[in-house]
Order: sequence, then C-alpha cells, then structure tokens
Amino acid sequence: MTVDAIITADVLDVASKPTVRPRRRQARTWRLALSLLLPSLLCLAAFTYLPVVRVVIDALYATPHGGSGTRFVGLENFARVLADSAFRTAAWNNLLYAVGTIFPSVTLALAFALALWRSTRFNAVVRTVLFFPSLVPLVAAASLFFFIFLPGVGLLDYYLGKLGLEGFNWIGDSDVALWSIVGLTVWKNAGYYMIFYIAGLQNVPRDQIEAATVDGANAVQRLWYVILPALWPTTAFVVTIALIQVLTAVDHVVVLTKGGPSNATNLLLFYIFQEAHENFDAGKAAAATALSVAALLAVSLGCLRAMDSGARHEA
Amino acid sequence: MRLDRHIAPALLVAAMTAVSTVWAAPFLWTLMASFRPDSFGAAGMASLLPDFAPTLANFRLALESGDFGLYYLNTTIVVIGILGVQLVTISLAGYAFARLRFPGRDFLFYAFLLQLMLVPPALIVPNLRTIVDLGLYDSLAGVMAPYFASAFGTFLMRQAFLGIPRDFEEAAAIDGAPWWAIVWHVLLPMARPALVAFAIVSVTAHWNEFLWPLMVINDPANHTLTIGLATFTRGAEGAKEWGVLAAGTLLVMAPLAITFVAFQRRFVESFVFSGIKG
Repeated sequence: MTVDAIITADVLDVASKPTVRPRRRQARTWRLALSLLLPSLLCLAAFTYLPVVRVVIDALYATPHGGSGTRFVGLENFARVLADSAFRTAAWNNLLYAVGTIFPSVTLALAFALALWRSTRFNAVVRTVLFFPSLVPLVAAASLFFFIFLPGVGLLDYYLGKLGLEGFNWIGDSDVALWSIVGLTVWKNAGYYMIFYIAGLQNVPRDQIEAATVDGANAVQRLWYVILPALWPTTAFVVTIALIQVLTAVDHVVVLTKGGPSNATNLLLFYIFQEAHENFDAGKAAAATALSVAALLAVSLGCLRAMDSGARHEA
Repeated sequence: MRLDRHIAPALLVAAMTAVSTVWAAPFLWTLMASFRPDSFGAAGMASLLPDFAPTLANFRLALESGDFGLYYLNTTIVVIGILGVQLVTISLAGYAFARLRFPGRDFLFYAFLLQLMLVPPALIVPNLRTIVDLGLYDSLAGVMAPYFASAFGTFLMRQAFLGIPRDFEEAAAIDGAPWWAIVWHVLLPMARPALVAFAIVSVTAHWNEFLWPLMVINDPANHTLTIGLATFTRGAEGAKEWGVLAAGTLLVMAPLAITFVAFQRRFVESFVFSGIKG
C-alpha cells in the first residue's frame, strides 16, 4: 500500500476506534487536512480576515492622497465621517431603502409563491417571468430604467398617461428618487425570493392544512396559523439574504443616479465607493467601511440567532 | 359557494397575468425598442406594440460605440477563471471537512463560514489596497482573486460528500487507492449535482458583478461587460438614443438569458438548492 492509501484507510477508520490511533497517523491526517484547506485559507486570509484588520488600522491613520507621510490620528476619521452630512444621509437612506425594499419584496414573494406553488403550465410560465429579473445584471436593469423613468415620454409615464394618471420626475425629484430605486429593487428581487418560498411550501405538512380546514379554519386563518409558522425558516433565510443585499448592492445607484439628486439616493456602500474612488479620502473610506461592516455583522448575527430560535420553536 | 369555487381561480389567473405583464414590461420594451427603426427622439419609443418593420440598425450602432466583443471575452475569462479555481479549492476543503477528523476542525469550519457574512462587496476598500500590494491592480486576475475561496461552495461540497455512503470509498481504499484518486473517481462524480448548482450560481454572480471590477479595472482593454455597459449607457442616455441603449443592454443580457431559457429548471433548482443548503 502507498502512504496515501494508508492515510485513506486511516481516515475511513477513524469512526471506529479513535483512541487507539497511533500519534503518527493522527499527525499525518492533520497535515493532509491542512494542506487541503490551505488554498482556501490563504485566499480567505488575504480577502476576508486581513481586510477587516486592515480597515480598522487604516481608519486610525491619515494618508494624504498621492503623498506618503501617514500619521496616526486616532478616531479623527470616524469623527469626520460621523460629522459628514452626506454620510448621515446615506445611513438614513439605507435604513429607508432596507425597510422599503425588504418588506414589499418579501411580502410579494410570499404572495406570488402562494398563488403559483401548484405546478401547472400557466404557473410555470408566470414563475419564469417573475424570476427572470433576478438573473439580469443590476447594471443592465439600471440601464433599462433610464428610459422607464424618463419624464413624460418614458415607459412608465407613457402608460400611466394612458390610464389618465400623471407620473413624477422619477429619478430627478429628490422626494421621489429613493422610492424609484426601491421600486426597481423590488421588481428585481421579489421573484428571486419567491423561488425559496415555493420550495418552502412543498415542505408544509399537508395533513396539518387539511386538519385546519376540517376544523373550520378559513383561508386567512390557515395562512396565519399553519402555513406562515411552517415557513418561518424560509422567511428568516430570505430576510437575511435581503438584508445583506441592501447593504452590498448599489450598482443601480452608481449607474442611474450617482447618489443624487442632492444625496437623495446615496447609500452607505455608494458613499464608501465615492470617498475611495472619487474623493481619494482613504481614511474616511476606511472608517465608513468599518462602520458598515459592523452593521453587516450585527445584522447577520442577529438573523442567525433569529433562525436558531425559530428552529428551536420548530423542534 | 359554488360560484366562489369558479370565480376565485379565474380571478387569480387574471391577477397573475396582470402582474407578469408588468414584470415583463421592461424586457418587452427592450425587445421592441432595439428593433424599432428611427430611434431619435423619445416620442412613441415607449409603445410596446410591434408597429414597425424590424431593423438591426440599433445593434449596428451599439456595436460601433461599444467594444462588446472585448467585453464578452474579458467577462468570460473572469467567470471561467474564478469558477476553475473555485472548483479545486471547494472540492479539497469540502473533502477535508466531510471526511477527515483533525483538531480544530469545527473552529476552521466556522472561520470559513465567516465569509458568508463578510461578503467581498462590503470590503472593496481594503481589498483594493491588497490587490495593489499584490501588483494585480488593473488586471483581470485582480478582479478574480477575492473569489478564489468560497465558503458557500465549501459548505455545499461538504454536504454533498457527507451524503455519499462511505461504502464506495472503503471498497476503493481496500484496493489501495490513494485519497485523491477516491476524490476524483468516486466522490466528485457522485457530487455532480452540487458541482453544477455551484457553477450556475457562481457564473451568474460574476457575470453580473459591477462595482468591484469597476474599482480594480482602469484600462479600457480590461473592461468587462458590466463596466462596458455602464459607460455605453452614459453615452446613449446623453444622446437620447433609446433604441441603441436597448440594443446594447440586450447584448449584455442575452447570453445568460438564452442559457436560462434553455436550462430553466436546472437554474431554478440550483438557486433553491444553494439557498436551502447554504
């Protein structure tokens, strides 16, 4: 037998008698495991762990663009970011954007799934149509919405006009622009979340629904007391990916509005992008990144805990 | 009651038809506008009715003003480069987590999963500095590098390997096959559904990605499809050439859209699979 084969046999044997394993074999398994994980670990170190450390350090220093002369400034960058009205607007907008996007898109996703979960030919076609926007690059969607949002003659105003309604200056009016971006995002993501609800609905116990029907529960009661609780893991998952999405996808803002008019559509990641890529303020970009990464971690850990407690309720 | 039973489904069909019409309208418009002649000015451009003799003029103009051939090539290189490396790293790491017992395994597994929260887009600023330090600024390799490891893919492969009974490996091990031969000849062929699902999700994500390539790439010769489209869009929008804008956008969406329509079930299943497992 080759050395490799010995290790393989050893590896496959571990379940039976781990205690009597000779030390040398154990060390060999460990070396093999480490070398298998090494390519991934190197990349994770460089682009996941290190950047978090790096961003905190960078946030504590001031580096003039182009020049050297980095100096320690303590929390000054954080103070500058927090004092920046553009940042505060971006944070507030992001909150509005999160609530305004997630609530309707998850509700629509659930409604679509309930309407379409039976596999008929009609439902299959409608599902495809609703899912399709999620495959399109966000940049391409933004390009199309340039025309859709065009005041007066664009797709939206043209057909609103046929209904006798008057549209807005969708992305030019600072009171409306953020909600136009919200609309685009709901259109793009609702069908994506729908497929998880359709999959989740396959696992809702039929007999419970039937039992509730026999007990005289109407459709709304069945939904509220039987179907929704059974779908809790799906909802927790969908809300988690939606939350990560609202903090990490700003392609449409970059293309359509550039955060404007007058910061009305500025979001956190777009603010960071601008500070780093256009204003070349490395300290501010790093401090803003540190804050948004903290928000991202808090949000995902919160979701994980909610999923955990939900799972315990299930069990 | 009986009336209800007939009317309710009919209302549902009507409502879902209306919803899907609204959802499909942007794409219908793209199709109509890109083939509609005389696209100057916007009046009448919004009509979704095919009231014209189709022309390819918009596509010709789009191809003249954007270097789409180059963009396709660069995006293809990025997407295949990322996927190729990922398939190796996730298979190796997935095998280690599924089949080897070693001290610190659980800790390392959680360390991997951290990438699901600290997603690369949130770390564009420090990652760009790392890319510059590595000498990869303004290169396609720089666009790919942060994605070479995938926590999600590792998790998917681990689950797939765990689902394969050990009998197959034991038989091969008795015959003296080394671990890598077992992975290659036994485990990977049986984990094909997971590999396909991961490939579809990965290719879709990176085909569509924009902000990170925009930060890394400077030289127009390295522009990817999404960067090219954003530049092109700015031009077409400024010139109010809506037909050309539609044609260019269609060119960018077409490859994935056609693949999707051909392998619809596979796509949807892959995304669901990835979501439920990941």
